[in-house]
Amino acid sequence: MSAGGPGLFHVGVSHHAAPLSLRERLALPPEREATLRALLGGGRLSELVVLNTCNRVEFYGVAQDPAEVSALENVYCAETGIEAAEFARVRLRADGAEAAAHLIAVAAGLESQLLGENEIFGQVKEAYEAARRQGGAGPVLNRVFQKAFQAAKHIRTHTALSEGQVSVANVAVEIAAGIFGELSATRVLLLGAGDIGEKTAKAFRSRGATELTVANRTAERALALAAELDAKALPFEHLAAHLPDYDVVVGSTAAPHAVVRSADVAAPKARRRAGPRLFLDLALPRDIETEVAELPDTYLYNLDDLAAIAARNLAAREAEALKARRIVAEKADALWRQIVARHGAGA
Amino acid sequence: MFPPTDRTWIWLAAGCYLAGVALGTVALARGRRHSSAAMYVTLAAGYAFQTFGLYLRGMAVGGCPLGNRFELVQFTAWSAATLYLAVGPAFRLSLLGYATSLLAAGLTTASLLVTGWDAAQRVNIFGGNAWIELHAALALFSYGVFGLLAAAAAMYWLRDYGLRRKRPDGGFALLPSIRDLDHMGRRLHATGVLLLAAALAVGAVWWAREPATVNAPKLAATVSVFAAYALALWLRLSDRLGGRRWAVACLVLFVAALLSIVPVSGRGEPAGRSVPAEASAP
Repeated sequence: MSAGGPGLFHVGVSHHAAPLSLRERLALPPEREATLRALLGGGRLSELVVLNTCNRVEFYGVAQDPAEVSALENVYCAETGIEAAEFARVRLRADGAEAAAHLIAVAAGLESQLLGENEIFGQVKEAYEAARRQGGAGPVLNRVFQKAFQAAKHIRTHTALSEGQVSVANVAVEIAAGIFGELSATRVLLLGAGDIGEKTAKAFRSRGATELTVANRTAERALALAAELDAKALPFEHLAAHLPDYDVVVGSTAAPHAVVRSADVAAPKARRRAGPRLFLDLALPRDIETEVAELPDTYLYNLDDLAAIAARNLAAREAEALKARRIVAEKADALWRQIVARHGAGA
Repeated sequence: MFPPTDRTWIWLAAGCYLAGVALGTVALARGRRHSSAAMYVTLAAGYAFQTFGLYLRGMAVGGCPLGNRFELVQFTAWSAATLYLAVGPAFRLSLLGYATSLLAAGLTTASLLVTGWDAAQRVNIFGGNAWIELHAALALFSYGVFGLLAAAAAMYWLRDYGLRRKRPDGGFALLPSIRDLDHMGRRLHATGVLLLAAALAVGAVWWAREPATVNAPKLAATVSVFAAYALALWLRLSDRLGGRRWAVACLVLFVAALLSIVPVSGRGEPAGRSVPAEASAP
């Protein structure tokens, strides 16, 4: 273990080294976490926090003897049915200040698949709270996690690591927010039942859109997706007549030609909702005639437009990640010096 | 500067408005929104100084201070600040405060710097006629509303530009949404047209009684501004004018409205006599 420190370690797997097929096998069902926590006490591990998400299974603990960490790994492999050698190939391992730095980076979203995402912070916090309730977090991990949360918040506040959306669906919703502000009263029509359209509809729902409608050539699929999204279904043959009723139209059909014609969009004012309209064409071949973009108060974005914005935002986050990593190093170093001063090598 | 004159107080107002501009610009440069409360307080301080300065000027000239180009521009800036302080926060558009401070700072500072605009003050220009004074005040107040409308239209144009160029992020993301700007713009546009209509109606009562006092260039300029704004409003409300063109129209019309102050403040005013500017110092 780390010289002069209280035996802080981190071990686990994440998307960085383990492909999806392997992560599926390495996933730890929550009910089996208890088996690992049973290693606590009895002279083996003195502290343990289990961070178990879809992209990572990580253990943060305090152990004076490396054999205790190996025992933890063996129990984990036994619980997941993975060969120890296979686990060793993808295992991430750090001790002392490096383990603290890794935790800060994870909590700040620096180690996330979607760089800078916010959800991981809550997941780390939940993992810590669960360990605290079950007696897994002691004096060392309490301090390490509390300081890691502070450092992660500092990084989010002082860098633009989490700014700008980096998925096509979220970029689409962000554009809609720029046009409509609050999305609660915005009427959204989803054309087709494609995967990306569905994700976009869900993103609209999560941002407060309440009026969702699904239109699909196959009525059964439209009804099923409408039920899943808590939306209404619109017969596809009525599309042209009802097009003016919607503020946002998301095209994601597999049709070989445009299904939204400029002439239908340019309906007289009496027949349509007042104000701006947004057309999001996520289909290939495209669903929406490009002439729609020329109509007044109408905005059209296709898949390339959205992907370009997402790529720009991601590049901006990556540039911020360098700054964030410098902060991680500084904070981890300061934290580790505090831990060593307080707990020495005998915690 | 000392003892303080009406212009001293107006310089202090300009300083506050410029501070508002600095506050908003620094925040924008950092890619953030400024503090709405700080902007409101800064504008309110500027407004208080400007109100006191115009009050002193009004006392000196014996009526609403609308006797020269300096006073007309000051009154326009004051009207825009009045409207923002009264109803601005209700729009919940943080950048409206920044836009108001830009407008008020620009108009106030420019009219202070161009000393020729305030070279001679005309006293008692309304000849004690309260209707003409009301007409002038309402007309200038509507210009203040059109000033705020121009600010909203500029933000609308920028937001629209970013969206059409497929650059909705970055600095454009700090702007209010298109829908919010459209709603606010329509309300400001309608308010300005109604105020100017009321100003013309009040003025018409007097002109009908005393046709000889009608200043033709002034009447033509004011009616043209009113007609242009009313036409743009009708076209927008009837959906015949798209948002982008409407925004451009509002900006062009406001410039035209400001230029129309030249004939309005020119020769042939009703009653009144000119005195040197220093005469108004309390």
